[in-house]
Amino acid sequence: MSSMNREEIAALERKAREIRGLTIEEIGYLGVGHIGGSLSIVDILVLLYHKHMKIDPTNPTWAERDMLVLSKGHAGPALYATLADKGYFPLDWLLTLNRGGTKLPSHCDRTKTPGIDMTTGSLGQGLSAAAGLALARAIDKKPGFIYCIIGDGESNEGQVWETAMFASHKRLSNLIAFADWNGMQIDGLTKDVMDMEDIVAKWRAFGWHAQMVDGHDFAAMDAAIEEAKRRAAPGIEKPTIIILRTIKGKGAPFCEGQVTNHNMNFCIAQVKEALVALDVPAHITPELLRAQ
Amino acid sequence: MADQKEMREVYVETLMSLVEEGKDIIVLEADLMRATGTTAFAKKYPERAINVGVAEADLVGVASGLSAGGKIPFAATFGCFASRRAYDQFFLSANYAHLNVKLVGTDPGVTAAYNGGTHMPFEDLTLMRVIPNLTIAEPPDAASLAAVTRIAAETDGCFYLRLQRKAAPQIYPDDETFELGRAKVLRRGKDVTLVALGTVMVNEALKAAASLAEEGIEATVIDAIWLAPLDEATILANSPSGRIVTCENHRVTGALGSAVAELIAEKAPGMRLARIGVAANLFGEVGTLEWLAERFELTAPHIAEAARKLMW
Repeated sequence: MSSMNREEIAALERKAREIRGLTIEEIGYLGVGHIGGSLSIVDILVLLYHKHMKIDPTNPTWAERDMLVLSKGHAGPALYATLADKGYFPLDWLLTLNRGGTKLPSHCDRTKTPGIDMTTGSLGQGLSAAAGLALARAIDKKPGFIYCIIGDGESNEGQVWETAMFASHKRLSNLIAFADWNGMQIDGLTKDVMDMEDIVAKWRAFGWHAQMVDGHDFAAMDAAIEEAKRRAAPGIEKPTIIILRTIKGKGAPFCEGQVTNHNMNFCIAQVKEALVALDVPAHITPELLRAQ
Repeated sequence: MADQKEMREVYVETLMSLVEEGKDIIVLEADLMRATGTTAFAKKYPERAINVGVAEADLVGVASGLSAGGKIPFAATFGCFASRRAYDQFFLSANYAHLNVKLVGTDPGVTAAYNGGTHMPFEDLTLMRVIPNLTIAEPPDAASLAAVTRIAAETDGCFYLRLQRKAAPQIYPDDETFELGRAKVLRRGKDVTLVALGTVMVNEALKAAASLAEEGIEATVIDAIWLAPLDEATILANSPSGRIVTCENHRVTGALGSAVAELIAEKAPGMRLARIGVAANLFGEVGTLEWLAERFELTAPHIAEAARKLMW
């Protein structure tokens, strides 16, 4: 059960609409990017950064912080919007996405962006790194959680399952993973490209606590995270993965649920249309644009 | 060399000393703990010894995460797997991410012997040399291995260490000092310079120099130790003859011979070069180390012959 009341949930839903708007603006002003898989994870990012993670945006390298490894690193734009909104860096950095010399590259880079805890981009690697981070905490008997988001297409990678064995064997229950199950990958529907069959059963068979929840339902996701946190006892208890049933491109009328939205072109008119549909104001103002 | 300590013992003892001194070292293995000899480390520091099972991608990925969490991971596996199998993980999660991962590739080149071509890394150094800012070393004996392991632990940044597991003839006294990126001149001669890397080749180069001396050819022998950064200054300053023979237990394409060829082409275009190493068109094979060294033309007579040809 989630401990959140209706007002808290409504506030998170409002924040998620804002972050979706910001992500669409961020990519839209460049004109091309990984919009689909960015929008599908906005709700979990908002829930983590606005409720669960112990962080200090003024001190991004604080040793005791909770950490997030965005293993599906191409969804960086959604995380950048979340971090900018939290105050890790100025909002106008979002206008530099993927431009030469930017601190916000397409895929997450710990050396460039305040608040990015691990470099990712080659699919399958982030969960291993997250396990290493969780292990470092476990060895030191330090508190805190390491969160990791992988993709459904990414779950085709063998390395994911190497880590599935490892994290379970080491009982890294301070590792809480999410799989963004939007059902699509670059070449089509996941069930057509590489059917992962019963994904919850797979993770359970690898020794994890696993459950599937609606990845756009804050109460359901919150309850699953609360359960994982309550259970955590590194070295004793198994790690948790929460499979998030999501919609790729969620919130962008021009591409929601379309299999072609993995990495696509779109224009300012479509950005404006999306902001109206989301019922959020533009963050990227003419003043901000002129300052660039 | 029954009286010599095995190289893997030196590696493990050095890591244990470093832990005793307070270094936050974690040893990682992919089901080759018994081969690398890190079982001794695991016995003493069970919480600092991690076996990921037969999973090299995860080995390097977890090591990268441990590094991001402030630890100093030393991850080891056979050199073939450390390079070919976990290359993208080492490239991206460790090096591109500017982390502090020490990757150890054991059984370099022909020392893989009876494990044969599947396990014989003749290309690991080539793959590693193209990774920006990666430090690469192949120390030839116990003293240099202990020093290089210590330097790796004390220097922030990724390292690739090539480690022969078995005992190696002593080249340096125990108290010899080593610096990152500094080669050692083992013998000086005016006629030709032999630049060698690793246990097998440094010893073969010394033998070749001794036999050349009997013919009146005086050879300088340089132990490169570090492939990257290569000690270009020491190599150029100790090649008065303008003749260099590179000696590597590795394919000639892309590693020591190529690095020295690049150096000569750009900074000393008058010099002449011969490369001793495994021919570009060959894969590894099974055999004894001695048979393989002969098969792949890595022995002292092969080095001496290359040196003589440069004299003509």
